[in-house]
This record gives sequence, C-alpha cells and structure tokens, in this order.
Amino acid sequence: MASRIRKRKTLSYAKWGYIFILPFFIVYAIFQLYPLLTTFIYAFQSVTKVGTNIVNKGWNNFANFQYLFETNDWAKTFGTTMIIQFMGFIPQLVVSLLLAVWFTDSRLKIKGASFFKAVIYMPNLIMATAMAQLFATMFQATGPLGQILLKEGQSLAGMKWGLRWLVAFINFTMWFGNTTILLMAGVMGIDDSIFEAATIDGAGPIRTFKDITMPLLMPIFIYVFLTSLIGGIQMFDIPQNILIGSYGSGGDFRQVRTIIMYLNAFLGTSKNFGRAGALSLILFVITSVLSFVIYKTTATDMSAARAKKKAAKKAKKVNA
Amino acid sequence: MYRDENRGIFWSKFYMKARTVLVYTVLILLSFLCLITIYLLIAMSTKSHLTLITPLKPNDRWAVLRFGTSFGKNFGSIFKTGPGGFESRYNAKFVTSLGNSAIVAIGATFCSVYFSTVVAYGIHMYRFKLRNAAFTFILVIMMIPTQVSTTGFISMCYKFGWIDHLFPLIIPAVASPVTFFYIKQYMESVLPFEMVEAARVDGAGEIRIFHQIVLPVMKPALAVQIIFAFVGSWNNYFVPQLLLGKASKRTLPVIVAALYSASNGSKDMGLIYMVIFVSIVPLTIVYFIFSRYIMKGLTLGAVKG
Repeated sequence: MASRIRKRKTLSYAKWGYIFILPFFIVYAIFQLYPLLTTFIYAFQSVTKVGTNIVNKGWNNFANFQYLFETNDWAKTFGTTMIIQFMGFIPQLVVSLLLAVWFTDSRLKIKGASFFKAVIYMPNLIMATAMAQLFATMFQATGPLGQILLKEGQSLAGMKWGLRWLVAFINFTMWFGNTTILLMAGVMGIDDSIFEAATIDGAGPIRTFKDITMPLLMPIFIYVFLTSLIGGIQMFDIPQNILIGSYGSGGDFRQVRTIIMYLNAFLGTSKNFGRAGALSLILFVITSVLSFVIYKTTATDMSAARAKKKAAKKAKKVNA
Repeated sequence: MYRDENRGIFWSKFYMKARTVLVYTVLILLSFLCLITIYLLIAMSTKSHLTLITPLKPNDRWAVLRFGTSFGKNFGSIFKTGPGGFESRYNAKFVTSLGNSAIVAIGATFCSVYFSTVVAYGIHMYRFKLRNAAFTFILVIMMIPTQVSTTGFISMCYKFGWIDHLFPLIIPAVASPVTFFYIKQYMESVLPFEMVEAARVDGAGEIRIFHQIVLPVMKPALAVQIIFAFVGSWNNYFVPQLLLGKASKRTLPVIVAALYSASNGSKDMGLIYMVIFVSIVPLTIVYFIFSRYIMKGLTLGAVKG
C-alpha cells in the first residue's frame, strides 16, 4: 500500500491534461478551424453554389474584393451595425450597471428582488425573430403604437432613425437582463468589507460607485463590453425580420441592413460563396483589430484597478 | 471626502428616500416592459387571423391588449392535418418541428456544457507543456464571431451531404469558448487541488474523480450555462436557416420566419402566434428549473478583480 502511494506521487498526470482538452480541439479543428480556412481561401477564388453543388473555378485575382470595395456595402453595413449596436448598448450598460449596483447594495434591501431579477431576464427567452415581429406589429402604421407615433402616410420602412431606434430598443429589451446578471456577478465578487470601510468613511452611493465599485468591476466590465461588441457585430435576426412584407430588405434607405444580413444575402440568395468569403475575411480583420485595441487600452486600466484595490485594502487595515 | 456627512442627518435621510423611490420606479418600469412583451405574445395567440390583420380603430386601439376567443382554435390548428392546419401550410408536422428543436437544443446544450467543463478541468487541474498555449488559444478564438467561418461551414456541409441533418448544429457546440471561459473562472474559485489530491490518494481514477467529485461541485455554474446554452440554441436562427432546407427538418425559429414571410393570402397570424407561444413554454420550464441557481451560482463564480 505504501509503495503504491509513493508510486502514485511520482506519476505524471500531464497526459490527462491532453486527454481532457482533446475533444474541444478536435471538434474545433473540424467544425470551425477548417471552415474558417476554407472561407479565407474562397475569398480569393470564384466559388458559387449551383443546386446542391459547390462549384469552384479557382483563383480570381481579388475580383471578390474588387466587387466589395466598388459597392462599398461592407463599410455601409458595418457602420449601420455599429450605430444600431451602440444606440442600444449604451443605455443597456447604464441600466445594467445601475441594477447590478442596486441589487447588490446591502443598505438598499430591495423588496421582491428575486421577482425583479427573474423578470428582467425573461425577454431573452423569446426568439429574436418573434420579438422583431411582435414589435413590428405594434409599431407599424396600423399598429396601436404606430398609430400614435407615425404621421399620416409614414411607414416604418421609410423612417430612417425611427426604425434604427426600434431595433436598438428591441436589443435593449432582450439583453439588459443578461448583462445585469453578468455585472452583478462582478459586483458580488468584490470583498464586502471594502464597501463597509467606505461606508464608515462616509462615502455615499455615488462616490462608492465611482471610486470602489467601478475600478474593481473593470475586468468583468471589459468582458461584458467585448462579448457584447462581438455579439453586436453578429446582429441579424431582429433587423432581418423587423419589416413585415419586406423581410431582409433593411428598410427604404437600408437603414437597418447589418453586415451579417449582407453576408446572408451572398450565402442564401446570390449563392456567391467567394464574395461571402471575402466579406468574412474583412469582418475577421475588423473584429481582430477592435478586440486588440480594446484589450490593449484596457490592459493598462486593469493594472490601475489592481493598484486601487491594493490601496483600498491598505485603507481597510488602517481603519480596523 | 466626507461630503455625505456634511449634509447632515436630514439631508442624508432625504437622499436615501429619494434614492429608494428612484430604484423602485426604474425597477417597476423595466419589469413592466419585460412582462408586457410576454403578455402581448400570449394575448396575440388567443386571437383569430381576421382580428390580427384588421387595422385597429383609432378610438379603440388598446383592443390589442384584450384576450381573444380563438386560443382553442389556434391551438387546434397547429396539430391539425387538414386544410388550414400547420401541416398543410408547412409540409411538416408541428410535433416533428418541435422535436427537431428539442433534439438540437438538448444535444447542443449537453455538448457545450459537458465538454466545456471537461476542457476547463483539463486546463485547471493538470500541468502540461501546452497548458498556457491552449488557454491563450481559446481566449483568442472567443473573439472571433462564428459567422466568420459560416461560409466554409455551409460549403463543407454541402460537400459531405450534411444538409438537412441536425448533427452539424449539435456537435460543433463541443467547442464553446464563452461557456468554457465562464466555467473555468468558476472552477478557480470553488475547486481546491487538495480535494482532487485526496480522491487520488483514495485510489480514484481521473475520469471517476471528474464525474463524481468535480461535476457535483460545479453544479451552480453548470445550471447557469445550461440556461444560456439552451436558450441560445433553441432560438438560434442564422445557421439553421442556411442549413435546413427540408420543411420536416427545420427548427422552430426557421419555421416562424418562413411562416411570417409567406404571402399574405396564405398565412394565418393566429397560428403563427400560437407556434411562438408554444415554443416559449419549454424555455420557461428550463428557466424556472435552473434559475434559482443563477443568483447563487453567479455569486460564487464571480470574476475576482
């Protein structure tokens, strides 16, 4: 028995590490990495879908990119995506932060907190396509809210900013609960005694938020910001289904035509996989640059936050 | 520094009162917004097609909030095989469609939650050469939107004849970086090495330790990710609408969009809202089974600053 234990102690467990991570990497290689590389190769080739066959006519001298840059729709649709994303995301961040702070504030003791927490997540349960349809029904010219908000002869498709606000509002409704839950986790992860020390020092809610909650919340805040940004770039279901009778059009001015709707048109309608590949490659470059920039600019913030946390802990010790 | 104190007792009491009023006002408004959308969907599913397409009279526009009398009829028509029913409009049985959605959602949820825990455990517990490289790699791919590889993915499915199959919507979930990241964070805060070491001394094998010790400890985090993954997969629309052509193979979001975009003469809005209503029911059940873990689980899984 003793020898067995000694033998076990010298056993190397490294091989188990590889065994445990293997399924993830095999599946990733087959279902995401291989398709990703195919997509990038298609970007430089003339590839179409005929019936159920993929027809590849080989390299085509950047013709796909030439087409994309001539129409410039990739930039327009990307711009539109970002505009709508931030129209919904900024109010969403503000509201979610407020809620996260309120739900976790021990002095506030919200009655029915668990009811509110359960309710704010519920719109996320509804499929986005259905959500878009429901709001479209309410806000179209004949709908109950459309009758109030739209002027005579106006249609939802003909409203440039109105339609954008509607899409942003649906995004907000669907996602603020989710963001609140994530941020709440971050606030709850902060040591309670830091808040107590702040209260003893006489800091009010606003000061506590600015000098303690926010800096310490920074890592999860960045996580939420980045994942929401990536999620926002993928915006598709809602703008695709928002206009009853002209699905996927994006409105009279293409005011809600997002970049994934543009990609979808290549894949689903014109079946031009080469152009789809080129657009995907552009999208890949944009997201990589954005992620990198955000990561680099916030990495310094993170170390500042860590310094602040240390200072706060020191202050706590002095108080005690 | 001591701004609040200087305000005096009166002001600080007033301030707290005002804050309480603000808190409840905002919470009630937001809850109203969330509940009214669900209420409207339910109310819509009780109305007949004619009521739903007739423009509301300006003096009675809030009729939209009233319940109709066609709930039974709409519910009947999603299962009806004759003319006007779901099957004759869509060339597929509603039960089959519901089944497709269930298979995809349950399969994808299992794959993403189980295997994310497996890989998180592998990276958390074992020291091996490629450990840091593997971790960094997953963090990097987390930032790539899945749509970027969709073109290649769809073309691969055509090449291998995987169109109209459900498994291409399930198996890829094994590699879910976002789920992995969350579970890894949680694991760091609840799973001490000593616990695993003790089990090893008792002679338990690595796979048994994972299933009998690690998984139970991880329950709250798994519950949270089960909700997120199930909801995400159940409502997934982009890839399924490109992949599933045959009516009998489609999942519910694809069907809802297709039913909507049918020409006006051949659609039944009452039926569509009933399909939406029924499709929310399984999600609500999953949500209420696991949601009590959401609050508890996230407390412990918090990312420490």
